[in-house]
Amino acid sequence: MQQTGLSASNLSVFYGEKEAIKNVSLAFSPREVTALIGPSGCGKSTFLRSLNRMNDTIGGVRTKGEIWIDGENINEPGVDVVLLRQKIGMVWQRPNPFHKSIYENIAFGPRYHGVRKKKQLDEIVEECLRKSALWEETKDRLHSSALALSGGQQQRLCIARSIAVKPKVILMDEPASALDPVSTAKVEELIAELKQDYSIVIVTHNMHQAARVSDKTAFFYMGKVVEYDKTDKIFTNPSQKATDDYISGRFG
Amino acid sequence: MSAKTADRIATAVIVAVSGLIVILLAGLLGYILFRGLPNISFHFLTSGPQTIKAGGGIGPQLFNSLFLLVLTLIITIPVGLGAGIYMSQYAKPGRVTDSIRLIVEVLSSFPSIVVGLFGLLVIVNIFGLGFSLFSGALALTVFNLPLMVRITEQAMNGVAREQKEASLALGLSRWKTITSVMLPIAMPAIVTGTILAAGRVFGEAAALLFTAGMSSPRLDFTNWNPLSPFSPLNPFRPAETLAVHIWKINSEGLAPDATQIAAGASAVLIIMVLIFNFSARWFGRYLHRKFTATK
Repeated sequence: MQQTGLSASNLSVFYGEKEAIKNVSLAFSPREVTALIGPSGCGKSTFLRSLNRMNDTIGGVRTKGEIWIDGENINEPGVDVVLLRQKIGMVWQRPNPFHKSIYENIAFGPRYHGVRKKKQLDEIVEECLRKSALWEETKDRLHSSALALSGGQQQRLCIARSIAVKPKVILMDEPASALDPVSTAKVEELIAELKQDYSIVIVTHNMHQAARVSDKTAFFYMGKVVEYDKTDKIFTNPSQKATDDYISGRFG
Repeated sequence: MSAKTADRIATAVIVAVSGLIVILLAGLLGYILFRGLPNISFHFLTSGPQTIKAGGGIGPQLFNSLFLLVLTLIITIPVGLGAGIYMSQYAKPGRVTDSIRLIVEVLSSFPSIVVGLFGLLVIVNIFGLGFSLFSGALALTVFNLPLMVRITEQAMNGVAREQKEASLALGLSRWKTITSVMLPIAMPAIVTGTILAAGRVFGEAAALLFTAGMSSPRLDFTNWNPLSPFSPLNPFRPAETLAVHIWKINSEGLAPDATQIAAGASAVLIIMVLIFNFSARWFGRYLHRKFTATK
């Protein structure tokens, strides 16, 4: 098992009696983008959300198997999931900035984790906004509401917020599907930038997006990983017929 | 009958029914205000009642009503907030949670005279608190607490799940997530609900007859020592509230102008409740702007 990055091993997720994820093992490399593709209801979002145990917050979800990050199995009972979540950032489909100022959205996490000095927080805010290509647009109104930003800006702010607590991995659940094409392009550029520092796992319904942004692609179908390989290989010469059918639009 | 006719008839009926409600409310308000407003003056609002002579006021009663409301809210807000947060964020769905919710609902629909009698037997006599504002506040808690729990629970459930998840994903504890992310978003709804629920407390009479009592000691409005029996601030003194006063002078008032005083007091009561309602809306909107816009 890989000790540095994030990996799932023999992971199964149950909604009540229904097995939504069936014994999936996937390892994600640092500084790589992995796309999870598959038809609706195939379990890719469930899988993504189980990686930071976000499914715990919904009643009736049970997880079996192991999730490793930094040599620690975060799926073991008794593990302090609160602190481990700091290592795994998350970005949602709909931009969900806190109902706070732009500055507060970013400073909120680091301050909770012990950064108290204003100067340090200022630096973190600027750095994260620069990394998410928002600094120029927001530097003059850091203390106005984040909700006044456009949808695309909000989504980049959410990405900036997630990197402010210095995660190892960022999980993205269809991060551009609620955005217009220009904003989508910006988010994709951002993903390409961020990959130099983080490992990124992205769920997407958009085949072109998967092909553009990812290094590796996993094709999910009926709760299982049908194929997991380099993105080039998946999109040009998949070894499974189901993968070929899906990416060429014959089903799903 | 064609679908179109049915639709027209349904629309007409719904409009008529809504109109009826508006007319009913307008008539009621108009009648009370028309009868009561001419009797309201500064003197009426500030001076004490008279037993036999004309010209009595409702000053102490108005003060008692407001003070009782504050006491009740001091008890119910912390408990209601805590229980509401528990119900929405901690309680696991299941039989226990459902039965707690049922008990809360039943509690709020208790007949108020029964709560008054219960208060007399348990709070006033067994606990030995006597006829006092504090006993009254405890009795009103029986109505107010379930409302507070429900208001808080609904407001917390109304916060988008992604907001909660975004905070948890940053590695924040559940408590910090609730207090710093969810409560600010839920606050406008909680405040609005609390003020609206306060209207019910303000107008309650039956539950107070046997708990807060039907008389006030001679209050000395220059004595602000809460331990003195004649101080308005003493929570352990008996206190007649505005609603109780209306009931009393209407049924056994001896003053020649008892009817006018009852009418004036009713108008004051209605106006206060209206103020609660409007301020709830205004304050809710204000908080919403404040919490969602700049800090």
